[in-house]
Amino acid sequence: MHLSRQLAIVPAHNEAGAITATVAEINRWASDFDVVVVDDGSTDATAELAAVAGAKVLKLPFNLGIGGAMQTGYVYAYENGYEVAVQVDGDGQHDARDIPTLLAYMREHTEIDMVVGSRFLTVDDEGYRSSVSRRAGIVIFARLLSLITRQRITDPTSGFRMTNRLGIKLFARDYPHDYPEVEAILLMHGHRLRSREIPVRMRPRTSGVSTIASTQPVYYMLKVLLAVFVGLFRSHSTVEPGDTPIRAEAAI
Amino acid sequence: MTDVAQRVVAIAATVGLIILILELVRRKRLMERYALLWLFCSTVLLILAAWRGLLSTISFDIGIHYPPALLFAAAFGLELLLLLHFSLAVSSLTDQNKVLAQRMAILQRRLDEQAHQLAALSSGPPEENLAENSESELRTKLSRTG
Repeated sequence: MHLSRQLAIVPAHNEAGAITATVAEINRWASDFDVVVVDDGSTDATAELAAVAGAKVLKLPFNLGIGGAMQTGYVYAYENGYEVAVQVDGDGQHDARDIPTLLAYMREHTEIDMVVGSRFLTVDDEGYRSSVSRRAGIVIFARLLSLITRQRITDPTSGFRMTNRLGIKLFARDYPHDYPEVEAILLMHGHRLRSREIPVRMRPRTSGVSTIASTQPVYYMLKVLLAVFVGLFRSHSTVEPGDTPIRAEAAI
Repeated sequence: MTDVAQRVVAIAATVGLIILILELVRRKRLMERYALLWLFCSTVLLILAAWRGLLSTISFDIGIHYPPALLFAAAFGLELLLLLHFSLAVSSLTDQNKVLAQRMAILQRRLDEQAHQLAALSSGPPEENLAENSESELRTKLSRTG
């Protein structure tokens, strides 16, 4: 068993069709990363396939939703002393070849606490295609977040992110419940951690169903807008060493 | 006459509610912490229903010319408070539930790892063989189910 200081967190809910390839690609292109697959209450063979593919598997007893599943990975990363964690979708949307790019950027800019892979910063004009309504939602959130954080944000819903130890600690302690991406950026900003976007490629999903497409986009918009609005009036504390990662920790 | 009938019905209903709540607490079906709010609400309603002068005084003071309407308004307001209280309780339960599930998954992982290490220590077949076996088993299982 080799010791790695970097962890790839792969939340997966019924991704049996893509999980093997996703894990294999991370192992191939980012072999210095341990892979933990958080099985979010799947009813298919996702967990078994992930284990066979060589990932560590955290099997949630029931479906928590993307936020709760992702946070499980962060708690695991925090408790096992990982220095860097990268989120990779289980559906194969994120290109594992970009993980070293994200890592190199973090190594080069040590003042940055989180690097976000953006679909809309690509130099080649291939771009990323998605429906008009989703594009509109992304633009609205991008404008809003750019305004609040006073920096240019082009892809607020991108789940392809890498954080350092401070970010891991923050997210292990507090992570938004559902549709967490937009709120997580705000959370980072509120705790005075720095994030930066760099361009990445993204592929159309190979299997499974998007959490956003399956539920009402209107609910998504309203929920995140409410969270953003209320978040503005929340008093934040910076992450202090020695803080408990999650509330239940004190009981153990 | 109808006025008296109204009050009798209102008093009977609130008294019935209070008895039901006390009985549920006695049978340990309802926790005291939630029962207290219910008892508070039904007591307020009982006072308004029983004390004729109070209800009409308050209602005329705030411009309601039909005192029983105040009773409805008070009941509605109190129920809203109760519902908000339950939403709070559900939110905190959801959060605690999430933490429990996460904790369980991580502990399960740790347990499996330790069992694996123990098995490896006590002379079992090498790990690679185990993995291969389970992989081929899984493949056949998957191909069978299609």
